[in-house]
Amino acid sequence: MITKRIIPCLDVKDGRVVKGKNFTGLSDVDSPVKLAEYYSDNYADELVFYDITASSEGRKLFTEILKETAKKVFIPLTVGGGIEQVEDFDRVLKCGADKVSVNSGAIKNKSLIKEASRTYGSQCVVLSVDIKRVDGCFKVFSKGGRENTDMDAIEWIKKCIDDGAGEIVVNSIDTDGVKKGFDIELLKLVNNSVNVPVIASGGAGSIKDFINLFKEIPTIDAGLAASIFHYKEVSIKDLKLALKNENINVRI
Amino acid sequence: MIAIVDYGVGNLFSLKSSLDMIGANSIITSDKKTILDSDRIILPGVGAFRDAINKLKELGLDRIIKEEAAKNKPILGICLGMQLLFDVSYEFGEFKGLSLIKGEIKSIEDETDNLKIPHMGWNKLIFNKPSPLFKYIKNGDYVYFVHSYYACTNSEYVSSYTEYGKLLTASCEYKNVYGCQFHPEKSGEVGLNILKAFCELE
Repeated sequence: MITKRIIPCLDVKDGRVVKGKNFTGLSDVDSPVKLAEYYSDNYADELVFYDITASSEGRKLFTEILKETAKKVFIPLTVGGGIEQVEDFDRVLKCGADKVSVNSGAIKNKSLIKEASRTYGSQCVVLSVDIKRVDGCFKVFSKGGRENTDMDAIEWIKKCIDDGAGEIVVNSIDTDGVKKGFDIELLKLVNNSVNVPVIASGGAGSIKDFINLFKEIPTIDAGLAASIFHYKEVSIKDLKLALKNENINVRI
Repeated sequence: MIAIVDYGVGNLFSLKSSLDMIGANSIITSDKKTILDSDRIILPGVGAFRDAINKLKELGLDRIIKEEAAKNKPILGICLGMQLLFDVSYEFGEFKGLSLIKGEIKSIEDETDNLKIPHMGWNKLIFNKPSPLFKYIKNGDYVYFVHSYYACTNSEYVSSYTEYGKLLTASCEYKNVYGCQFHPEKSGEVGLNILKAFCELE
């Protein structure tokens, strides 16, 4: 049977990996290529590269880094950040990306997912969605979690799947950076509403949080985290051994 | 020289890089002469079957691949490239493939319950018969899959299965024609070892 995936996420700015707390206060960690190689050698199932630069020089540097990584790392690479049109898919796929993650771009350009999935296939189109509770309802936020779109999260996700999104990354703004565990309530709701792979993001602080995620939601596909892996608070190998010990199916 | 057949979309950069990594000479090409002159061929592919087979035909490469296969040249189809090796696909209609291996491409969804589609992630290889491609790997090794359709074929052509609701063809072969449903170029060391074995085929 298919294994649960553990995915480190690398936020890249000006050629360096950074990780924020609640989306602000960025701090430098390491070289993206080196970190990617390290993760690939140490049981990461997949990598997410998130381009958080806004400048065109930054973007050029990012694609160079992506190429360098794809020359050395032979596990799936998902790329996100600044994906606003089909041409952006082309740009990163040519540099070695396997999947492309869209977030604000899909909100701004409502035909993006449809066009991209028609051209490159659904398997290549990942919807990443930042979700926050507002008056007891799950709302979609755009622009790195700064702006409330007032869209209902589940309705938005379902629409994007109908348009051709092949995988969903659910990022809970409420739990992101807090390291007190994944947002089980939100993730359960999303996972029960869709029939495509769902990746949990936001809130992992310890091995226990991953065990809890896969125990609480046995059909969820993957757990994504950044800082706990980057700062070596949790090694992916230890995490996978602990999951295996709990009879959760992992590649180790 | 390995010819990586380029007929449109797909991440060929990683495939080329993985062959570079194992020290195999390769070229990404849609040029007929280059493919004829190569000593082995890799047919990659992502996306829809219909678009892929049409593109191959447009470029006149369907014929070249069949002719080269008949000359005993080792050919490896990867993911959609593997599916193209079969007789027919039922993805978005009914489309004829290259008919290098007997069998049909069907949706995973039709016959399973409550499974997420696509089948995406790392899954185990279950060997069905010996294959030269398994020279450096072992039964139970993990490889990376992304697909919604699978090859339904006689067990004699299946070198390994994987389990997702039921047994799905993970790799297949008939004479000098080989196919992997998974992505060896995205399956870490195990994948590189499969490519290495392919490069060593006589």
